[in-house]
Amino acid sequence: MGRTLAEKVWDAHVVRRADGEPDLLYIDLHLVHEVTSPQAFDGLRAAGRPVRRTDLTIATEDHNIPTIEVDKPIADPVSREQIATLRRNCAEFGVRLHPLGDVEQGIVHVVGPQLGLTQPGMTVVCGDSHTSTHGAFGALAFGMGTSEVEHVLATQTLPLKPFKTMAVTVDGRLPEGVTAKDLILAVIAQIGTGGGQGYVLEYRGEAIRALSMEGRMTICNMSIEAGARAGMIAPDETTFAFLSGRPYAPQGSDWDDAVAWWRTLATDDDAVFDHEVVVDATTLTPFVTWGTNPGQGAPIASTVPDPTSYTDPMDRAAAQRALDYMGLRAGMPLRDIAVDTVFLGSCTNGRLEDLRAAAGVLEGRHVAGSVRMLVVPGSVRVRLAAEAEGLDRVFIAAGAEWRGAGCSMCLGMNADQLAPGERSASTSNRNFEGRQGKGGRTHLVSPQVAAATAVLGHLASPADLVSQES
Amino acid sequence: MEPFVTQTGRVVPLRRSNVDTDQIIPAVYLRRVSRSGFEDGLFVSWRQDPDFVLNRPERAGATILVAGPDFGIGSSREHAVWALQNYGFTVVVSPRFADIFRSNSLKGGLLTVELPAEQVEQIWAATEADPTLEVTVDLAAREVRWADVAVPFDLDDYSRWRLMEGLDDIGLTLRHEPDITEFESSRPSFLPRTTSVS
Repeated sequence: MGRTLAEKVWDAHVVRRADGEPDLLYIDLHLVHEVTSPQAFDGLRAAGRPVRRTDLTIATEDHNIPTIEVDKPIADPVSREQIATLRRNCAEFGVRLHPLGDVEQGIVHVVGPQLGLTQPGMTVVCGDSHTSTHGAFGALAFGMGTSEVEHVLATQTLPLKPFKTMAVTVDGRLPEGVTAKDLILAVIAQIGTGGGQGYVLEYRGEAIRALSMEGRMTICNMSIEAGARAGMIAPDETTFAFLSGRPYAPQGSDWDDAVAWWRTLATDDDAVFDHEVVVDATTLTPFVTWGTNPGQGAPIASTVPDPTSYTDPMDRAAAQRALDYMGLRAGMPLRDIAVDTVFLGSCTNGRLEDLRAAAGVLEGRHVAGSVRMLVVPGSVRVRLAAEAEGLDRVFIAAGAEWRGAGCSMCLGMNADQLAPGERSASTSNRNFEGRQGKGGRTHLVSPQVAAATAVLGHLASPADLVSQES
Repeated sequence: MEPFVTQTGRVVPLRRSNVDTDQIIPAVYLRRVSRSGFEDGLFVSWRQDPDFVLNRPERAGATILVAGPDFGIGSSREHAVWALQNYGFTVVVSPRFADIFRSNSLKGGLLTVELPAEQVEQIWAATEADPTLEVTVDLAAREVRWADVAVPFDLDDYSRWRLMEGLDDIGLTLRHEPDITEFESSRPSFLPRTTSVS
């Protein structure tokens, strides 16, 4: 019987298989950042263990760094100590680090792909749940906790039970103005926050093939929001074109060998998935969340749902809790929800294509007086490329703040936070209670919707701008 | 890791689904570089409400958290496991756990027990009727018992053995170090290395 993409990559990395035990899986690339690694390095130190493969390990600072005045010492002493700890650990154990101020610094899931370190068929791990991003290249990539970070540092392997496989087949083309973000939000709303639990999702179909690598990364990034530890897309010409010429992509005959192998990774025609979900791309519209988990979303043209419409009592209670927390009433049009903050950035939507899309909407327009808009590039390279195209000038002219690279308000760990009661339209990945700051309320949106919302001061798509202005 | 064989204790009924790790421990607490002392951040936002179940005096000292489905979704932060353990929990019961949270828990010796929603509802009802109710989670027998009820739960043999022996995963893996070395000798040359700048 044929095998799926996920099974092929898994099988190529089994170091040891024994009855009644998890497989021991080899890890090709380990990405490290400041938040989930300090206790892991402490563990190594306590046991007198080295990092087994420093040459398969790379660190960057992203979660807990400021995005303004990045040349000054970090004001918060606890944050400063966490960054200093990463620097000490990387120096002591010989791990390559791209610190704040370095041209390769940025969000770990933006840095790996842009360096060409993320390649098809690899296993990629990081102490961060959005490691699923790298699956866009046909890599098996997943997040893990600090115990597993230490395990990979010490052994370059992980003991794991095989995942089940789920096909998410997206037929047809996305309509004009509908993005990868809208698509993945719609998928999560369909299968729920736990629907992917235990599975690797493989996104396939015409709409997926038509996406750029940036769009594919947005899709795979949010697999974890559907409960799946990993999401994958089979590599194709789009993937190879993205990788070609990147600093760590194979060169010369190595490139030919690599591409020859990459071409074999696609799921076989006779392979069987454990589960399949089919989505019709042609019916999708811009999609936003109204609740406090990423599965609580709806088309922007619809209304806040009525909790009593849910048959499952747990879902009903969760919807009511969400409305109470979000300060929304059932039946109100989503477009009537006013926001005071717009956040454009994150490992979901902080790449150049995302900034271009938002700038395209903002050009010649201005952010509403009631709105603060933060634009946080995913990496220093993204920031520089955006500046080379003049995107920074578009954002600044529109009244947005142009920041340094990092995770920023996606998780509200640094100073970039919502105040209690503030409401954001955010291109990030999680709308949990307090995620972007204690008491803050988050609506997840695409970059285009974020930009249109910034201009109008309430949830809006670019089409609404045009109709208002005509 | 401390071996886990059996635990008897009182329960905190958390009647919520989709309890994400940002609720269990918000990001601002993740600046610390230690693995202890996170109990002050556990459910910190919900604890602002004096009526929140964790604040009820009759729940003080409880060691078993019983929650709704999809517990531990979101961020991979193992700090969520540490916060629960630092606070005094040794077991979390839910109809369904997020993969990474479950993996982190079992690595760190916090037992996650999946029970059907109906049985979770039974425990909630029983402990709400009598907060002094003691529940026993018996890993050896893979059984949860309270009052005159005993229900089985699933946990794979390997994870159970590791927990009952209190074994360190890294130590176990390093027993197979020759296998790792042999695997490394056959990796394709085109795979990237972070240290070789081209």
